[in-house]
Amino acid sequence: MSRVLEIEDLRISFPAARDTRVYPVDGVSFGLERGETLALVGESGCGKSLTSLALLQLVPSPGRIEPGSRITLGNDDVLALKGEALRRIRGRRIGMIFQDPMTSLNPVFTVGDQIVEGILAHFKMPRGKARERALHLLQEVGIPDPGERLQAYPHQLSGGMRQRVMIAIALAAEPEILVADEPTTALDVTVQAQILEVLDRLRTSRGMAVLLITHDLGIVAGRADRVAVMYAGQIIEETSTARLFANPSHPYTQGLFASVPRITGPLKRLTPIGGSVPAPSAWPSGCRFRPRCPKAFDKSELEPPLLPVEPDHRMRCWLAENG
Amino acid sequence: MTSALASVKAAWRNPRGRIGAILLLVVSVAAIVGPWMLPDPLAQPDILGGSLPPGPGHPFGTDQLSRDVLSRVVSGARISLSVALLAVGLSATIGAAVGMVSGYWGGLVDAGLMRIVDGALAIPRLFILLLVLAVWEQVPLPALIFLIGATGWFATSRLVRAEVLRLREEGYVRAAEAMGARRRHVLFRHLLPNTMGPLLVAATLGVGDVILLEAGLSFLGLGVQPPTPSWGSMVLDSREVLVSAPWAGIFPGLAIVLTVLSANLFGDALRDAVDPRSI
Repeated sequence: MSRVLEIEDLRISFPAARDTRVYPVDGVSFGLERGETLALVGESGCGKSLTSLALLQLVPSPGRIEPGSRITLGNDDVLALKGEALRRIRGRRIGMIFQDPMTSLNPVFTVGDQIVEGILAHFKMPRGKARERALHLLQEVGIPDPGERLQAYPHQLSGGMRQRVMIAIALAAEPEILVADEPTTALDVTVQAQILEVLDRLRTSRGMAVLLITHDLGIVAGRADRVAVMYAGQIIEETSTARLFANPSHPYTQGLFASVPRITGPLKRLTPIGGSVPAPSAWPSGCRFRPRCPKAFDKSELEPPLLPVEPDHRMRCWLAENG
Repeated sequence: MTSALASVKAAWRNPRGRIGAILLLVVSVAAIVGPWMLPDPLAQPDILGGSLPPGPGHPFGTDQLSRDVLSRVVSGARISLSVALLAVGLSATIGAAVGMVSGYWGGLVDAGLMRIVDGALAIPRLFILLLVLAVWEQVPLPALIFLIGATGWFATSRLVRAEVLRLREEGYVRAAEAMGARRRHVLFRHLLPNTMGPLLVAATLGVGDVILLEAGLSFLGLGVQPPTPSWGSMVLDSREVLVSAPWAGIFPGLAIVLTVLSANLFGDALRDAVDPRSI
């Protein structure tokens, strides 16, 4: 396997009250192998979307990526790129799908036009040829009657169809990496499964790496090869999907599993995690999960590093030391 | 462009908007074809007759120099409307460009441009125009159009900037940036077409303003220069004969009122169509 993307010590800051800065993403590192799906899981506000936006230098102002962060795409240092060189990365090497297919398409242009724009942004070819490719893309993402859909305006399509169009646009320039930021959150459950199916199929047929960002553990199972769980701007547990489901180790991850209903097994009352993610300005010292953690102990007042639990399984909790 | 077209259609369904549009159309058609069918506005057919009241041959009468008032009003429409269209076109273009740059680039560019606009908005437009136009003894028509256009874009740029600031946060703009769309492409394909509605409203309402402004300047002798007929200068000329030949001043005056009114009616209807919330 070869690494296509490497993120090291990514920190993103926003200005806060009285000339201080807060760090909604604080030291995130992970890598992405060719052809694999990595799921980035976490509650809203944990910094997972910001992390994905940073890959394309799309962090909204006044936020900024702190010096010392490194994003390496193949042989390129993404954070050093500017202007035209940066544009050639966006879409061409990393494609992106956003959460809300309702607002991600421009209502005044046809679907075909918008896919063609994605193609022409990176390839020099006559418009007619680009349209042919757009037609193939629609076919590839499983839109019935693609010839007709090409002329359709976004409002004439259902949510699921629109998300398929968004995927087609993201694939228009044949990227090596597809970042899907909550791609199914705005959709019905049945449509969710179809969209995930499409993503999976494309990953296999094109050998793309997929970074799947979600808050839904149910989506992760069976779709992702690896999982990184984020909490309060940090990755707190990272391992293969199989290991995470077999042996969730961090108290936060265990809390996440305990709050999801199970179809099999005895009927149990769900245990939610108490409280909610604090705002970045109110993160505690030491372990950031400490105030909500049922297993917190003296050592939690020191900030834990990522510690090994078992081979290829690390978590940011001192409990790992006890085995 | 679709949004702008839809707004025009919606304004047409509004009775007031339709009246405004029809009146504007009548004035425009008269301005375009009228001068070919009417006597030369500079001709003085009955120089000894003085000013004749409205009657056969001269439906609007003749003025103190016994020129046909109807053909002068119609020729004046040509001047007034072309000054208005060109000046509004210029100010809408500058306003849209400045507003888009300001809103999309943000930061220092935005701050700089908007402080200039603030400063310019603080000085009355007529005052700036009087100051500059006083340089000429005979104001050339292109200079007049340029100056009216160049002083009319400040509020428009504000409007476009606000719209761009709103649109910049739209999902599809972010999605376009994420797929590597060129800056030019984002500006002209995603931002400009969506600011067309408000821009069109500003421009239509601007037509009424500019017609009044040009008439006012001409009335002050700083606008369109004689013998070229313009509504403002006709009203100016008619002051001396206002009692003996009121028709020489009333008809150009009515033309001003009617045109400005219809432009504003249509502009209001457009605004209702673009933004139904504002009253």
